[in-house]
Amino acid sequence: MCLALPARVVSLLDAGMAVVDLGGVQKEISVALTPDTRIGDYVIVHVGHAIGQIDPEEAQRTLALFAELAEKETR
Amino acid sequence: MKYIDEFRDGALARQIAARIAAEVQPGRRYHFMEFCGGHTHAISRYGITELLPAAVRMVHGPGCPVCVLPIGRIDQAIHLALERGAIVCTYGDTMRVPASRNLSLMKAKARGGDIRMVYSAADALKVARHHPDREVVFFAIGFETTTPPTALVVQQAAREGIANFSVLCCHVLTPAAITHILHSPEVAQYGTVPLDGFVGPAHVSIVIGSAPYEPFAAAYAKPVVIAGFEPLDVMQAILMLVRQVNDGRAEVENEFTRAVTRDGNAAAQAAVADVMEPRSEFEWRGLGLVPTSALKIRERYATFDAERRFDLRYQGVPDHKKCECGAILRGVKRPTDCQLFGTVCTPETPMGSCMVSSEGACAAHYSYGRFRDIPVVAA
Repeated sequence: MCLALPARVVSLLDAGMAVVDLGGVQKEISVALTPDTRIGDYVIVHVGHAIGQIDPEEAQRTLALFAELAEKETR
Repeated sequence: MKYIDEFRDGALARQIAARIAAEVQPGRRYHFMEFCGGHTHAISRYGITELLPAAVRMVHGPGCPVCVLPIGRIDQAIHLALERGAIVCTYGDTMRVPASRNLSLMKAKARGGDIRMVYSAADALKVARHHPDREVVFFAIGFETTTPPTALVVQQAAREGIANFSVLCCHVLTPAAITHILHSPEVAQYGTVPLDGFVGPAHVSIVIGSAPYEPFAAAYAKPVVIAGFEPLDVMQAILMLVRQVNDGRAEVENEFTRAVTRDGNAAAQAAVADVMEPRSEFEWRGLGLVPTSALKIRERYATFDAERRFDLRYQGVPDHKKCECGAILRGVKRPTDCQLFGTVCTPETPMGSCMVSSEGACAAHYSYGRFRDIPVVAA
């Protein structure tokens, strides 16, 4: 039920709507709940609405943490 | 797909598992509840249980909105479709939930009820615009993730002055339910499962932030780690919980920093606060009446409230006697402890709510785990 997927914003439309791309599939969604969204951002899409945005730096930091852990284990 | 595939790397998962095994201390117990159905699904689907050492046990929580929706609420939606002539729009997840008189929304549709599956709340409003001569009710369920879109659609209907649209608001609140599991009169009846920490919600936390869990962690001295729904997120959160238990800490930590902040989504919170207010209590399937655990439509939007509009009265209905959903939702029993599991109750013909949604503990175990219970014998 709370399923939501990260999708890239391709274009912004009128009335708080936007087009997102999800692995090649494009869909019109509402960005009324994420008013600061810009083209190129990744938003988290749930029931046709962006409910949040992905912070690319934080995503990188989490991945780096996994990599660091992996290095420790293989050493 | 970006931000998904990187978080499903099997080799990394095994390395995090090795780290967990190395940090688990002998003689200590690590029983963690993943509150969300999304985590339950990930744990079953990606075989996370198999990667964990014996001392770490994952207990499935009640965080599946379809599973906790009580029979009485589905009865109300069916009543509106069959007896009041309304078009009832709802998310696909609710269609197969068993209701009274051997009905479900799906079966009520087969009996001629005008019940329509929608992808979003906005689609329900579209139906209302297309049928100005009919009453259109959006049967709104879900946790804090799904609530803001419902609030937006009510605001939109008010702006457009749509007179034939209303919402049967069954939105529920996560922090109230987590607290209720540890502290409620029914704990005496069901017993309570010893829990050493919680994997906190992913998408719910995007909306509400991490701060609402802080009073809970402090009051009950239980660590909470908010985690994303991908398998590496769950593994990392378990490692963080193991570390908190080892250090004797009970803090709210955030593994899902790429999407969750401490304060959450302000625009979403503002929309919800404008349209809805807490109910004094709400019945949860399996948990009973939980105080201030759900939302209703505010007075100023009264015309869009289906309960007021159709003068609906709530009537609770008990579950099937043999159904163990109540105990399973609290983590006291496992799906295989239920006599109905996999016999008369399957995802095709669910008896209890935990079998309905793929996020329910029973459906997840049926789909991905039931062959694990059968010992492998050499031919």
